[in-house]
Amino acid sequence: MKSIVVSADINNLDRVIEFVTEALEGSECPVRIRRQIEISVEEVFVNIAKYAYPPKEGDATITYEVTAEGVIRIAFTDKGMPYDPLAKPDPDITAPAKDRPIGGLGVYITKKNMDKMWYEYVDGQNILTMEKSIRG
Amino acid sequence: MKINKEQNGQTLTVTVDGRIDTLTSPKLEAELKSSLEGITELIFDFTKVDYVSSAGLRVLLNAQKTMDTKGEMVITGCSEDLIDVFEITGFADILTIK
Repeated sequence: MKSIVVSADINNLDRVIEFVTEALEGSECPVRIRRQIEISVEEVFVNIAKYAYPPKEGDATITYEVTAEGVIRIAFTDKGMPYDPLAKPDPDITAPAKDRPIGGLGVYITKKNMDKMWYEYVDGQNILTMEKSIRG
Repeated sequence: MKINKEQNGQTLTVTVDGRIDTLTSPKLEAELKSSLEGITELIFDFTKVDYVSSAGLRVLLNAQKTMDTKGEMVITGCSEDLIDVFEITGFADILTIK
Protein backbone atom coordinates (compact mmCIF):
# COMPACT_ATOMS: atom_id res chain seq x y z
CA MET A 1 0.00 0.00 0.00
CA LYS A 2 1.32 3.45 -0.88
CA SER A 3 0.25 6.75 0.58
CA ILE A 4 0.86 10.49 0.42
CA VAL A 5 -0.21 13.33 2.63
CA VAL A 6 -0.90 16.67 0.97
CA SER A 7 -2.55 19.83 2.14
CA ALA A 8 -6.18 19.76 1.04
CA ASP A 9 -5.77 22.42 -1.62
CA ILE A 10 -7.00 22.18 -5.22
CA ASN A 11 -3.55 23.26 -6.38
CA ASN A 12 -2.34 19.81 -5.30
CA LEU A 13 -4.78 18.12 -7.67
CA ASP A 14 -2.24 17.21 -10.37
CA ARG A 15 0.11 15.80 -7.75
CA VAL A 16 -2.63 13.60 -6.30
CA ILE A 17 -3.72 12.33 -9.72
CA GLU A 18 -0.10 11.58 -10.66
CA PHE A 19 0.38 9.70 -7.41
CA VAL A 20 -2.62 7.46 -7.97
CA THR A 21 -1.99 6.86 -11.67
CA GLU A 22 1.52 5.63 -10.85
CA ALA A 23 -0.30 2.51 -9.75
CA LEU A 24 -1.49 1.98 -13.31
CA GLU A 25 1.88 2.43 -15.03
CA GLY A 26 2.96 -0.79 -16.63
CA SER A 27 -0.44 -2.38 -16.05
CA GLU A 28 -2.77 -3.30 -18.85
CA CYS A 29 -5.38 -0.86 -17.55
CA PRO A 30 -7.31 0.44 -20.60
CA VAL A 31 -7.18 4.22 -21.16
CA ARG A 32 -10.93 4.45 -20.64
CA ILE A 33 -10.68 2.98 -17.13
CA ARG A 34 -7.65 5.11 -16.35
CA ARG A 35 -9.66 8.26 -17.24
CA GLN A 36 -12.57 7.10 -15.09
CA ILE A 37 -10.22 6.64 -12.15
CA GLU A 38 -8.54 10.01 -12.73
CA ILE A 39 -11.87 11.82 -12.86
CA SER A 40 -13.04 10.04 -9.70
CA VAL A 41 -9.85 10.99 -7.85
CA GLU A 42 -10.31 14.59 -8.95
CA GLU A 43 -13.93 14.73 -7.82
CA VAL A 44 -13.23 13.31 -4.36
CA PHE A 45 -10.06 15.29 -3.71
CA VAL A 46 -11.62 18.56 -4.87
CA ASN A 47 -14.59 17.97 -2.58
CA ILE A 48 -12.24 17.53 0.37
CA ALA A 49 -10.27 20.63 -0.64
CA LYS A 50 -13.42 22.72 -0.95
CA TYR A 51 -15.47 21.53 1.99
CA ALA A 52 -13.56 19.54 4.62
CA TYR A 53 -11.65 22.32 6.36
CA PRO A 54 -12.37 25.81 5.02
CA PRO A 55 -11.95 28.45 6.27
CA LYS A 56 -9.18 26.55 8.04
CA GLU A 57 -6.53 24.44 6.35
CA GLY A 58 -5.82 20.76 6.75
CA ASP A 59 -4.35 17.67 5.20
CA ALA A 60 -5.69 14.86 3.09
CA THR A 61 -4.11 11.42 3.01
CA ILE A 62 -4.49 9.36 -0.14
CA THR A 63 -3.59 5.68 -0.17
CA TYR A 64 -3.87 3.05 -2.84
CA GLU A 65 -3.21 -0.59 -3.36
CA VAL A 66 -3.75 -2.93 -6.28
CA THR A 67 -4.93 -6.38 -5.26
CA ALA A 68 -3.79 -9.63 -6.84
CA GLU A 69 -7.18 -9.73 -8.56
CA GLY A 70 -6.40 -6.49 -10.39
CA VAL A 71 -8.60 -4.20 -8.33
CA ILE A 72 -7.34 -0.76 -7.36
CA ARG A 73 -8.51 0.40 -3.96
CA ILE A 74 -8.08 4.10 -3.24
CA ALA A 75 -8.83 5.70 0.13
CA PHE A 76 -9.09 9.40 1.00
CA THR A 77 -8.79 10.40 4.64
CA ASP A 78 -9.28 13.84 6.15
CA LYS A 79 -9.84 15.24 9.62
CA GLY A 80 -12.36 17.83 8.56
CA MET A 81 -15.97 18.04 9.57
CA PRO A 82 -17.83 14.74 9.39
CA TYR A 83 -19.38 14.43 5.95
CA ASP A 84 -20.67 11.44 4.05
CA PRO A 85 -20.82 12.40 0.38
CA LEU A 86 -22.60 9.15 -0.44
CA ALA A 87 -25.57 10.03 1.78
CA LYS A 88 -26.63 12.80 -0.58
CA PRO A 89 -29.43 11.96 -3.01
CA ASP A 90 -28.36 11.71 -6.66
CA PRO A 91 -28.91 14.85 -8.75
CA ASP A 92 -31.81 14.95 -11.20
CA ILE A 93 -30.07 14.14 -14.47
CA THR A 94 -33.22 14.43 -16.56
CA ALA A 95 -34.05 18.10 -15.91
CA PRO A 96 -33.84 20.59 -18.78
CA ALA A 97 -30.68 22.73 -18.92
CA LYS A 98 -32.23 25.70 -17.15
CA ASP A 99 -33.21 23.58 -14.13
CA ARG A 100 -30.09 21.42 -13.95
CA PRO A 101 -28.60 21.23 -10.49
CA ILE A 102 -24.94 22.19 -10.42
CA GLY A 103 -24.06 20.45 -7.18
CA GLY A 104 -23.71 16.74 -6.60
CA LEU A 105 -22.53 15.90 -10.11
CA GLY A 106 -18.97 15.07 -9.07
CA VAL A 107 -20.01 12.46 -6.53
CA TYR A 108 -22.53 11.06 -8.98
CA ILE A 109 -19.88 10.65 -11.71
CA THR A 110 -17.58 8.98 -9.20
CA LYS A 111 -20.28 6.52 -8.12
CA LYS A 112 -20.91 5.64 -11.76
CA ASN A 113 -17.21 5.34 -12.62
CA MET A 114 -16.12 3.16 -9.73
CA ASP A 115 -17.25 -0.39 -8.97
CA LYS A 116 -17.65 0.19 -5.24
CA MET A 117 -17.51 3.09 -2.79
CA TRP A 118 -18.00 3.33 0.92
CA TYR A 119 -17.67 5.93 3.66
CA GLU A 120 -16.60 5.59 7.29
CA TYR A 121 -16.06 8.08 10.10
CA VAL A 122 -13.41 6.66 12.40
CA ASP A 123 -11.45 8.39 15.18
CA GLY A 124 -12.42 11.85 13.98
CA GLN A 125 -11.54 11.06 10.37
CA ASN A 126 -13.61 10.90 7.21
CA ILE A 127 -12.51 7.90 5.16
CA LEU A 128 -13.89 7.48 1.66
CA THR A 129 -12.75 4.33 -0.10
CA MET A 130 -13.36 3.30 -3.68
CA GLU A 131 -12.52 0.30 -5.79
CA LYS A 132 -12.36 -0.53 -9.45
CA SER A 133 -11.14 -3.42 -11.50
CA ILE A 134 -8.34 -2.20 -13.77
CA ARG A 135 -8.50 -5.18 -16.08
CA GLY A 136 -11.19 -3.83 -18.34
CA MET B 1 -5.09 23.57 -21.54
CA LYS B 2 -4.99 25.72 -24.65
CA ILE B 3 -7.99 27.60 -25.99
CA ASN B 4 -8.27 28.95 -29.51
CA LYS B 5 -11.19 31.16 -30.53
CA GLU B 6 -12.22 31.93 -34.05
CA GLN B 7 -15.09 34.23 -34.83
CA ASN B 8 -16.84 34.32 -38.16
CA GLY B 9 -19.76 36.75 -38.11
CA GLN B 10 -22.04 35.57 -35.32
CA THR B 11 -20.42 32.15 -35.14
CA LEU B 12 -17.73 31.47 -32.58
CA THR B 13 -15.64 28.30 -32.74
CA VAL B 14 -13.77 27.45 -29.55
CA THR B 15 -11.10 24.79 -29.92
CA VAL B 16 -9.81 23.33 -26.67
CA ASP B 17 -6.64 21.31 -26.32
CA GLY B 18 -6.08 19.47 -23.04
CA ARG B 19 -8.01 18.66 -19.90
CA ILE B 20 -11.08 20.50 -18.71
CA ASP B 21 -10.81 19.98 -14.97
CA THR B 22 -11.11 21.88 -11.70
CA LEU B 23 -7.88 23.79 -12.34
CA THR B 24 -8.41 24.65 -16.02
CA SER B 25 -12.16 25.18 -16.28
CA PRO B 26 -12.12 28.71 -14.77
CA LYS B 27 -9.97 29.77 -17.74
CA LEU B 28 -12.49 28.36 -20.22
CA GLU B 29 -15.35 29.98 -18.35
CA ALA B 30 -13.60 33.37 -18.41
CA GLU B 31 -12.83 33.05 -22.14
CA LEU B 32 -16.47 32.31 -22.87
CA LYS B 33 -17.77 35.08 -20.68
CA SER B 34 -15.78 37.65 -22.61
CA SER B 35 -16.66 36.32 -26.08
CA LEU B 36 -20.34 35.43 -26.30
CA GLU B 37 -21.78 38.86 -26.87
CA GLY B 38 -23.54 38.95 -30.24
CA ILE B 39 -22.82 35.25 -30.86
CA THR B 40 -25.74 33.13 -32.04
CA GLU B 41 -23.83 29.96 -32.83
CA LEU B 42 -21.22 28.55 -30.46
CA ILE B 43 -19.21 25.58 -31.67
CA PHE B 44 -16.81 23.68 -29.42
CA ASP B 45 -14.16 21.56 -31.08
CA PHE B 46 -13.16 18.94 -28.50
CA THR B 47 -11.06 16.77 -30.81
CA LYS B 48 -8.08 17.33 -28.52
CA VAL B 49 -9.92 17.08 -25.22
CA ASP B 50 -9.50 13.76 -23.47
CA TYR B 51 -10.83 14.60 -20.03
CA VAL B 52 -13.84 16.48 -18.67
CA SER B 53 -14.70 16.41 -14.97
CA SER B 54 -17.76 17.89 -13.25
CA ALA B 55 -16.02 21.28 -13.16
CA GLY B 56 -15.94 21.22 -16.97
CA LEU B 57 -19.55 20.09 -17.14
CA ARG B 58 -20.54 23.14 -15.10
CA VAL B 59 -18.90 25.44 -17.64
CA LEU B 60 -20.64 23.66 -20.51
CA LEU B 61 -23.98 23.82 -18.71
CA ASN B 62 -23.62 27.56 -18.16
CA ALA B 63 -22.64 28.08 -21.81
CA GLN B 64 -25.63 26.00 -22.90
CA LYS B 65 -27.97 28.08 -20.71
CA THR B 66 -26.58 31.29 -22.19
CA MET B 67 -26.86 30.04 -25.77
CA ASP B 68 -30.40 28.72 -25.17
CA THR B 69 -31.47 32.33 -24.79
CA LYS B 70 -30.02 33.49 -28.11
CA GLY B 71 -28.99 30.74 -30.47
CA GLU B 72 -27.39 27.36 -30.47
CA MET B 73 -24.40 25.50 -29.13
CA VAL B 74 -22.79 22.44 -30.68
CA ILE B 75 -19.95 20.23 -29.44
CA THR B 76 -17.88 18.43 -32.05
CA GLY B 77 -14.98 15.98 -32.00
CA CYS B 78 -15.92 14.15 -28.79
CA SER B 79 -14.12 10.91 -28.03
CA GLU B 80 -16.00 7.93 -26.64
CA ASP B 81 -14.63 8.69 -23.16
CA LEU B 82 -16.13 12.16 -23.31
CA ILE B 83 -19.45 10.89 -24.58
CA ASP B 84 -19.41 8.45 -21.66
CA VAL B 85 -19.25 11.31 -19.16
CA PHE B 86 -22.01 13.18 -21.01
CA GLU B 87 -24.19 10.09 -21.01
CA ILE B 88 -23.85 9.03 -17.38
CA THR B 89 -24.65 12.56 -16.23
CA GLY B 90 -27.60 13.02 -18.59
CA PHE B 91 -25.73 15.86 -20.30
CA ALA B 92 -26.07 14.00 -23.61
CA ASP B 93 -29.76 15.01 -23.47
CA ILE B 94 -29.19 18.73 -23.07
CA LEU B 95 -26.05 19.21 -25.17
CA THR B 96 -25.95 18.95 -28.94
CA ILE B 97 -23.11 16.58 -29.72
CA LYS B 98 -22.10 16.13 -33.36
